[in-house]
Amino acid sequence: MTTATMNPPTPAQASTPARVYKDYGQPLWRRVLLTREMAIIGLLVVVTVVSFFTVKGFSQPVTLGYLLLDVMPILLIALPMTLVIITGEIDLSVASVVGLSSVTLGILNQAGVDVGIGIVVCILVGAVAGAINGFLITVVGLPSLAVTIGTLALYRGLAVGLLGTTAVTDWPKFWTDLAKAKIGGTTIPVVVILFVVLAIVFAVLLHFTPFGRGIYSIGLSAEAASFSGVHVNRTKFILFMLTGTVSAIAGIYYTLRFGSARGDNATGLELQVIAAVLLGGVSIFGGRGALHGVIAGVLLIGVLSSALRLVNVTSDVINIITGVLLVLSVVAASFLAWLRSKRVGPGGRKHGGSSAAKA
Amino acid sequence: MVDAPAPGTAPALELSRVVKSFGAVVALRSGTIALESGSIHALVGENGAGKSTLVKIIAGLYQRDSGEFLLRGESVDFRSTAESKAAGIAVIYQEPTLFPDLSVTENIFMGRQPTNRFGRIDRKAMKTEAQGLFRRLGVNIDPDRPAEGLSIADQQIIEIAKAISLDASVLVMDEPTAALSGVEVDRLFAVARSLRDEGRALLFISHRFDEVFDLCDTITVMRDGQYISTDPVADSTVDEIVRRMVGRDVTELFPKQEAVIGDTVLEVRGLNSAGVFHDISFDLHAGEILGLAGLVGAGRSEVARAVFGVDPYQSGTVRINGRKVPPNSPTAAMNLGMALVPEDRRKQGLVLESSVARNTTMAIRRTLAKAGILTSGEENASARVWASRLEVKTNALDTEAGTLSGGNQQKVVLAKWLATNPTVLIIDEPTRGIDVGTKSEVHRLLSELAGQGMAILMISSELPEVLGMADRVLVMREGRITADIPREDATAESVMFAATQAANPGDIAATHAPEEHVA
Repeated sequence: MTTATMNPPTPAQASTPARVYKDYGQPLWRRVLLTREMAIIGLLVVVTVVSFFTVKGFSQPVTLGYLLLDVMPILLIALPMTLVIITGEIDLSVASVVGLSSVTLGILNQAGVDVGIGIVVCILVGAVAGAINGFLITVVGLPSLAVTIGTLALYRGLAVGLLGTTAVTDWPKFWTDLAKAKIGGTTIPVVVILFVVLAIVFAVLLHFTPFGRGIYSIGLSAEAASFSGVHVNRTKFILFMLTGTVSAIAGIYYTLRFGSARGDNATGLELQVIAAVLLGGVSIFGGRGALHGVIAGVLLIGVLSSALRLVNVTSDVINIITGVLLVLSVVAASFLAWLRSKRVGPGGRKHGGSSAAKA
Repeated sequence: MVDAPAPGTAPALELSRVVKSFGAVVALRSGTIALESGSIHALVGENGAGKSTLVKIIAGLYQRDSGEFLLRGESVDFRSTAESKAAGIAVIYQEPTLFPDLSVTENIFMGRQPTNRFGRIDRKAMKTEAQGLFRRLGVNIDPDRPAEGLSIADQQIIEIAKAISLDASVLVMDEPTAALSGVEVDRLFAVARSLRDEGRALLFISHRFDEVFDLCDTITVMRDGQYISTDPVADSTVDEIVRRMVGRDVTELFPKQEAVIGDTVLEVRGLNSAGVFHDISFDLHAGEILGLAGLVGAGRSEVARAVFGVDPYQSGTVRINGRKVPPNSPTAAMNLGMALVPEDRRKQGLVLESSVARNTTMAIRRTLAKAGILTSGEENASARVWASRLEVKTNALDTEAGTLSGGNQQKVVLAKWLATNPTVLIIDEPTRGIDVGTKSEVHRLLSELAGQGMAILMISSELPEVLGMADRVLVMREGRITADIPREDATAESVMFAATQAANPGDIAATHAPEEHVA
C-alpha cells in the first residue's frame, strides 16, 4: 500500500476516471407512462370517453356534477388514507367518524347552535377520534387493524346511541344550499374547491416535504427509518389525527348535502375508500403509491358506477364490477412483479448487474 | 437407545472440507469436524470463523456447496431441519424458540403428540413421558406450566428433553451458556455429561475457555471459515488455543494515518441498561479512532444504539462537547453532531427498496428542504456530490439501493451519514460482508476522516481491523467494559483474553488490568 493513494480529500484513486451519475436510469417517458398510476389514469380516460359516447345521458353536464357530489366523501377521505396506508397502517374507523361527525352536527343544530360553530366542533371531534386511534396504535403499540376495527364499532355505536334511529332533517337553507352549490354557471360543485385545496396540501405533504419522505421510509422499513432520525410514532400519530379530521369534514359535507344527520350515515364507506386507494396503486404493505393515482382510482370507480347506473345496471352488479376491477388491479401488480423477476432471474440482469457493479 | 460407542467404528457425525458461500462471500472455506459417540467435542473460533455456518449445515438449515457430510459413516444431504431431526440430530440454540403460550409438555411433543385409540391427543401419556424425561435429566420443571416466563436455562432443558424424546444421537449446543448463571451452567453440564455417558455425541460451542476445558474431551479450532486443528482437551492450553484462533498476519491490510488526538468530544458516563450492558463509561477524542472489540453478544452494538438514542437506557449520561444528549432521540443526537452507521446495513442502514438518492439524503432531508419543500432535484444534486465523493458504483441515482453490492451499499450508508457533517461517527461493523477492495477503501476513508479531526467509535468483530485501525481499543465482555488498551499494547492475544476472560491472565497483565475502566 503506497502512501500516494491515501491522499485526502477524496478516496478516489488517481487512475479512476470521475464517475458520471445520471439522475434516472430510464428515460422520462418510461418513468411517467409505465407506472401503475398512469395505467389507472389511462383506464379512467378510456372509461370516461367510452361512456361519453355510448351511454345515453352521460355526456350531460349535470351527470358530472352529481358524480362529483357522490364521490366527494370518498375523494376527501382517500387523501389522508393514502398517507396512512403508505406507512403500512390502515384506518377502518373513517366511516364511523363520518357518522359521529354527522350526529354531532345534527344534535348541535337541533339545540339551536349555529352550524358554523357546529362545524368547528365536528372537526374537533374528528381530530380527537383520530388521536384516540393514534394513541392506541403508537403509544400503546397495538396493531392499527385491530384498533380501528374496535373504534369502527365504538364510534358508530356512539353515533347511533346519541341520536337513536331518528334523523335531524331541519337545516338552515344557507348551509344545505352551499353543500350543493355550483361554481359560476358550471355544474361543478363548490365543494370541489375544498377538495382541490386539500389535495394540494396532501400532495405537497406526501411528495415534497421531509415529512413525506419519512412516510415512505416508514412503510418500506420502519427500522431503517428510526435509525435515520424519522419519528416513526409521531408521524403515524399525526396521520391518524389527519384521517379523523378529514373524515369529520366528509361527515359535515355528507350531512349537509343530504340534509340529514343520522347515526348510520356512510356505513361501509371505509371499504370503498380503501378499495379506491388500492386501485390507485398504493401498496397495502406500505411504502408505495402516489396521490394522483389514488384520485384517479376514486374517479374511476365513480365514473364506472355512474355510467352503469345510467344504463340501468343494479347496484349489486356495480359492486361486483368494482370488486373484480380491484382484484384484477392487485393481481396485475403481482403478476407484473413476478414476470419481471422471471425475466431478470435466469438472464441474470439483476445478478449480472450486481457483479458488474463490483467490477 | 443410542448404541454404545464401539472403537474402530465410524464417527457419529463427520464433516470434511465442507464449503459454503453466499454469493461472493465465502462463509465456510473448509469445515472439518468429527464427533465421536460418548464424547463432548468443543468448537471454538473468533466471530466469523464459520462456526455458525457449520452448525447450520449440520442442522439442515443450509446446504453445503461441496465437501463430505457423513452420519454414522453414511453420506447425508439434509434439505431441511426436519430431515436432520429425523436423522437424530438435535440443535439447541443460545435462545430457544418455544411456543410461549403452550405448556411445557405440549412444547416437547409439538407436531408428534401421542394419540389414543380415537385419534385424540393423549394428554396423560404425554405428561407422564415429560415427567419421565425431566426425572432422567434430574431437573424439576412443572410439565403443565406454560413455556412463557421460563428462564432461558429451563427453556434449553426443554429443548434437550425434546431431543432426548426424539432419541437424538447427536446434540449440538450453540453457545448454550451465554445467558446462563453459574448454577444453571452447572446443571446444564451435569445433563450434558449424563448424555455423553449414555453414548451420545455432543458438540459444544462456547467462547468461555474455562467451560470448554471443564466439560469437553476434544477441541477443534476454526479460523476464517477454515479448520485449524483438533486436539484432546487434556493436551491443550488456553494460550495455545487463543493463538490458533487469532493467529494471522495483522499489520498489512490497514493503513492507519497518524492523527493528532484532540479534546474529548464524546463523553459517556455510567450508562446502564438492565440485562444488556452495565456501567459503560468512556471518552472519545477528536481525531481518534476508538475500537470497540468483543465477542458477538457482548453488548457492543447495544451500547452504540443507546448512545445514539435508538434504544433507551435506564441511567447514565451521554455528552457531546459538554452538551447533554437527551436519551432515546436519534434526531437530537443527529442535531448535536452524532452519526451512527448501524450493524445491519440491509435492515437498519438502508431502505433497500428506496433509491440511492433518497437513501443518501435521508438523514439530511430536513436541512435540504427549502422553506419546508423538498424536491427530487435537490436530493439528486446532493446525492451526486456524495456518491462521487465515495465512489458509489451505480449508473443512476434512482437505482434501488438493494440492488447494489454489499460494499456499495455500505458506501451509500456512509455517504448518508457523512452528509450530516458529524463530529462523532459511530460505525458498527464497517466492513462486514464487503469485498476486499471496498474494505480497504472504507479503512482509508475512516483514517482520513480521523485525520481531519472526526471522532470515530468503531465497533468491529474483526480483530485485525481493530488492531490495524484503532488508536485505542475498548474490550467488552458480557455487557461490561473489561479493558482499555492503548494502540502500542493492543495485540490479538490481549484483546481476545479480555473478551473471553480466559482463566489464564498471564498475558493480560503485560498490557492493562482487565477490570480497569477509563478515568
